[in-house]
Amino acid sequence: MDSLHLHFDIDGSDFTSAGEAASELKRVLRQLGFPPEIIRRCAISMYEGEINMVIHANGGTVDVYIDSDEIIFELIDSGPGIADVELAMQEGYSTASQEVRDLGFGAGMGLPNMKRYTDQIIVDSIVGVGTAVFMSIKLE
Amino acid sequence: MTIKEVRDILRARVLCGEHLLSQEVHSACGADLMSDVLAFVKDQSVLLTGLLNPQVIRTADMMDMVCIVFVRGKLPDESMIELAKSRDIVLMCTDLRMYSACGKLYKGGLVGLEC
Ligand SMILES: Nc1ncnc2c1ncn2[C@@H]1O[C@H](COP(=O)(O)OP(=O)(O)OP(=O)(O)O)[C@@H](O)[C@H]1O
Ligand SMILES: [Mg+2]
Repeated sequence: MDSLHLHFDIDGSDFTSAGEAASELKRVLRQLGFPPEIIRRCAISMYEGEINMVIHANGGTVDVYIDSDEIIFELIDSGPGIADVELAMQEGYSTASQEVRDLGFGAGMGLPNMKRYTDQIIVDSIVGVGTAVFMSIKLE
Repeated sequence: MTIKEVRDILRARVLCGEHLLSQEVHSACGADLMSDVLAFVKDQSVLLTGLLNPQVIRTADMMDMVCIVFVRGKLPDESMIELAKSRDIVLMCTDLRMYSACGKLYKGGLVGLEC
């Protein structure tokens, strides 16, 4: 099977539509007949990443590559970056504003959730330049 | 129990998805933090929340949840209702507060999931 590539631009100014891309991915994966458990893991990981780009980084891009043996996610933004990635990966760590918390985010669970639901995650970040998150979910 | 029974136990008002009320639901979760909901991949069917914004619907959609209950009489706006309709998610609202709403459902046989 040739790899299927999906590209999404994530609008950083629009909290309301954050999650549209994950939703679209979900639709595609369902059409392709993937098992519900895999679809959910993909959808949640991408959704958390998408939300992070909107609330922390003013938007960015997501590229998804669907191969025969794995699904790969590349989330790239030119936001403020993450000074201490190891700390950011810990459950409960969040720099989210009160405004974001009032919207139901900022539990510091997003990156840990992404780690939990993927087989591999690499967070590459440079302060002042941006953040790149690579994730892979293996298909049996 | 069915979504209809959830409605009756909570004396809730259904805002959309009337045609889905006969669906069976097996577990529920109450939360105001969306990443908390997203932390448990196991099948949960009902989300109870006091939070009111479109990301509540999206979170439920990601988790394949079929019913959202807004507690404390909170009313979603038209755009949220439209979003829920497009995802085949039932929305209802109850005047009960979170603790009471969860308690009544639990007592009625709708369990939570241990992690
Ligand atoms: N794309 C990003 N750009 C800049 N900082 C980020 C980005 N993603 C995450 N962070 C930083 O890492 C922290 C932890 O992220 P994580 O997703 O785990 O939690 P959160 O977004 O704060 O809350 P939650 O995901 O539970 O709603 C964030 O508070 C933020 O400081
Ligand atoms: Mg997050």
